[in-house]
Amino acid sequence: MLAMTGVCAFVAVSVLFLILGYLVYHGGTSINWNFFTKLPTPVGETGGGMANAIVGSGKLLLLATLIGVPIGFFGAIYLAEFSGATTAFVVRYAADLLNGVPSIVIGIFAFILVVHPFKHFSTLAGGFALGLMMIPITLRSTEEFLRGVPNALREAAMALGASKWKTIASVIVPAAYRGILTAILLAFARVAGETAPLLFTALGNRFWSPGWNQPTAALPEMIYRYAISPYDDWNRQAWAAGLVLLVLILVINIVARAILSRGIAVPRS
Amino acid sequence: MHASVRPALTVKIPPIATSPAARETSAALSMRMTISKVNFFYGSKQTLFDISMGIATNKVTSLIGPSGCGKSTLLRTLNRMYEIVRGARLEGEILLDGQNILTQDVTSYRRRVGMVFQRPNPFPKSIFDNVAYGLRINGSKAPISEAVEKSLRHAALWDEVKDHLHKSAYELSGGQQQRLCIARALAVEPEVLLLDEPCSALDPISTAKIEELLVQLKDLCTIVTVTHNMQQAARISDFTAFLLTGQLIEFSPTPQLFTTPGDPRTEAYITGRFG
Repeated sequence: MLAMTGVCAFVAVSVLFLILGYLVYHGGTSINWNFFTKLPTPVGETGGGMANAIVGSGKLLLLATLIGVPIGFFGAIYLAEFSGATTAFVVRYAADLLNGVPSIVIGIFAFILVVHPFKHFSTLAGGFALGLMMIPITLRSTEEFLRGVPNALREAAMALGASKWKTIASVIVPAAYRGILTAILLAFARVAGETAPLLFTALGNRFWSPGWNQPTAALPEMIYRYAISPYDDWNRQAWAAGLVLLVLILVINIVARAILSRGIAVPRS
Repeated sequence: MHASVRPALTVKIPPIATSPAARETSAALSMRMTISKVNFFYGSKQTLFDISMGIATNKVTSLIGPSGCGKSTLLRTLNRMYEIVRGARLEGEILLDGQNILTQDVTSYRRRVGMVFQRPNPFPKSIFDNVAYGLRINGSKAPISEAVEKSLRHAALWDEVKDHLHKSAYELSGGQQQRLCIARALAVEPEVLLLDEPCSALDPISTAKIEELLVQLKDLCTIVTVTHNMQQAARISDFTAFLLTGQLIEFSPTPQLFTTPGDPRTEAYITGRFG
């Protein structure tokens, strides 16, 4: 029995390293300067890169952050500092359900709300879909960190004549900011790898996407298209893109954890 | 529910200082705060009954009594901190310098009445920023670093921290943290300083330091302290109020309350028969 549990624990850990090793093995050789700076080549020609997908992912994630983080953050402030127990329960429950909505459904929702009226697949629609996914993650974890700030600090600030808002801005949020930053980074990393919501919002593009209202390539979407293609060169590039994406997400996760562990420990009471 | 219908206590006594001598003493003093006929409720539960007393200017007034007697609640009415609790309600009148505190803007009022809590609660900021906090949020025009130094000196902490003002407040010991909280409260130059069992989380040496400090600070402001430690009340305060089940049983000059208590319940409490 002991051996079995040990094996299970080992399997859980080794999956990550197997994936990483596999990606390095298959994609490592295709990562070169061109991969980061060149556009995809026409079918049949080898070489080229994914510069447009890297920039596209950047734009999508910027937009998602601009939508998801403020709503999640200020919503969390309302829940942690102002709302009654019933409201907080309902909002929290709804956020958990939203978090559980399959990402493809989020994509359909964004398609109907943004793509359809604009009559365009676009960066805007893709960013909107990813932003929706960031809301519940940011909201729930930010709220947790705000609630972790001891009440004694709220009382101390208010006894000094700080208003409720001043207390939040000058004491509560600064006391929780490492946690909040970590939460935002983890939400970011979570949606960075999402493919399904982009399929009928950002759509994909083999060229540069000049603005916000045109279809755009994105790394996860590119991996999907290249991996199912019949060309060896594209398959190799899909491995490479997978490796780049995974490393990016791992780095964000590690940075987030480092930020959290370096924080001044606020005594809990 | 009203005091007169409560069955628990049968002996009726006048709420304020019982002896003529005590009345005379308090009449000669100027009163920084006056509490009259205060009843206090958490929802439908009444926790203070018809409290009336004065807080003498530049004196230390102690509130004593067993756990749950309402002494902390009474203290929290004085800076209106009770208002952050949902469902808390106060009836009666409290005056500071002759003005009703309940009709004033709460944030500017709290700047005039500082508070130090049971457990040291410095902000997760540097020592300097902790003391400067009250000045900064009030948009004080005074030079901040001078005010910080002055407050830390008043709190007898300056010599211990002057070389590392920008270290985290959490690097200080518990006793130092509590003195930092006192400095933080003093920085905005309050007229009254409230302390809610300020030594209950501290060791005897830190406690002695803070007691000594409070006696010095009364030249600077009026002090009201809550304590469950009778010896502490006897050591540091000029006046002592004894509360029991939300009622003010006795309020006298400290020596009188501890040597010749006017009420049998006070005597029972100070001689350790309950509480």
